[in-house]
Amino acid sequence: MDTHAHAEEAHAGASVGLNIAIWIGLVAITGLEVFLAYEQLQPTVMLTILVVLSLVKAGMIMAFFMHLKYEKFSLVLLLVPAMIFCICMMFIFFFPEAFRLLQLRPH
Amino acid sequence: MQDVKTDSTLSSPWSGGGSPFAMGSKKLGMWLFIVSDTLTFSVLLITYSYSRLTNPDWPRPFPINPAIIFSTTMTVVLLASSLTMVMAVMAAQRNDRKKTVLWMVATMIGGLLFTGLHLTEWFNMITKEHFTITGNPEGTPLFGAVFFGITGLHMTHVMIGVIYLGIVAVGYGRGKFSAEDVEVNGLYWHFVDLVWMFVFPLIYLMSVKY
Repeated sequence: MDTHAHAEEAHAGASVGLNIAIWIGLVAITGLEVFLAYEQLQPTVMLTILVVLSLVKAGMIMAFFMHLKYEKFSLVLLLVPAMIFCICMMFIFFFPEAFRLLQLRPH
Repeated sequence: MQDVKTDSTLSSPWSGGGSPFAMGSKKLGMWLFIVSDTLTFSVLLITYSYSRLTNPDWPRPFPINPAIIFSTTMTVVLLASSLTMVMAVMAAQRNDRKKTVLWMVATMIGGLLFTGLHLTEWFNMITKEHFTITGNPEGTPLFGAVFFGITGLHMTHVMIGVIYLGIVAVGYGRGKFSAEDVEVNGLYWHFVDLVWMFVFPLIYLMSVKY
């Protein structure tokens, strides 16, 4: 029963103030993204900037709202490398075929 | 019966007694589900990004007024519902059942508002601008499949999330569910919000009408 009680124990998390600060940060980055959308950048540059900003936002949500920062680090090691590995595999298998198909397309 | 494990056999990590991540099985299960769902959305968004960059005639159907103002409002509503969910989880950890249920209801209202705004936008696009899943008047017909496919799958997640919140709020209010159940529900809800943090910039902001 000891392990069960341990699992049920409330985790120490961020304070209300910190959560609100994170939320304001998320809204601010969203505002920055909307502003950037009207800067008429090249689609590739634009996509790169937006994905990086979105990854920052995802990190903030996962670390604070989803408590990942306050869990045991072994959980991060279980989840994040596996996810990155699978996404890398998608890139490896997807892009060579995708670009081959692109060259076959009539222009 | 030998198959009923006693506390002494459960105390060793090698006999299943350890809790390597110091959390209950429900929470770990939700995390693993989130990883698999992340991969689903990753596939869709990676293939979308490829299509977006390789098709020069990609439609730009989102003018600032009303589409971008509308979708930015949706983003803020969804983010706000994430904050109310954080409050619900914190209230549940203090064992404040009444406040937990109230914050969860607020989260549900946010989710419903998001779905309502999104459906309004969909119907406007379909009926007034003639964007359908198979074609549109502005460019490559791929746009419809991508737009309705990705935002539709996300909206399905929001709707399931609202139902899930309703069930857990009622169960927690009656004392059937624990604070951990609210927290697991919170993980799902934040994940839905997280996915939108990718869908909104990639789908909407990459296709604004200047």
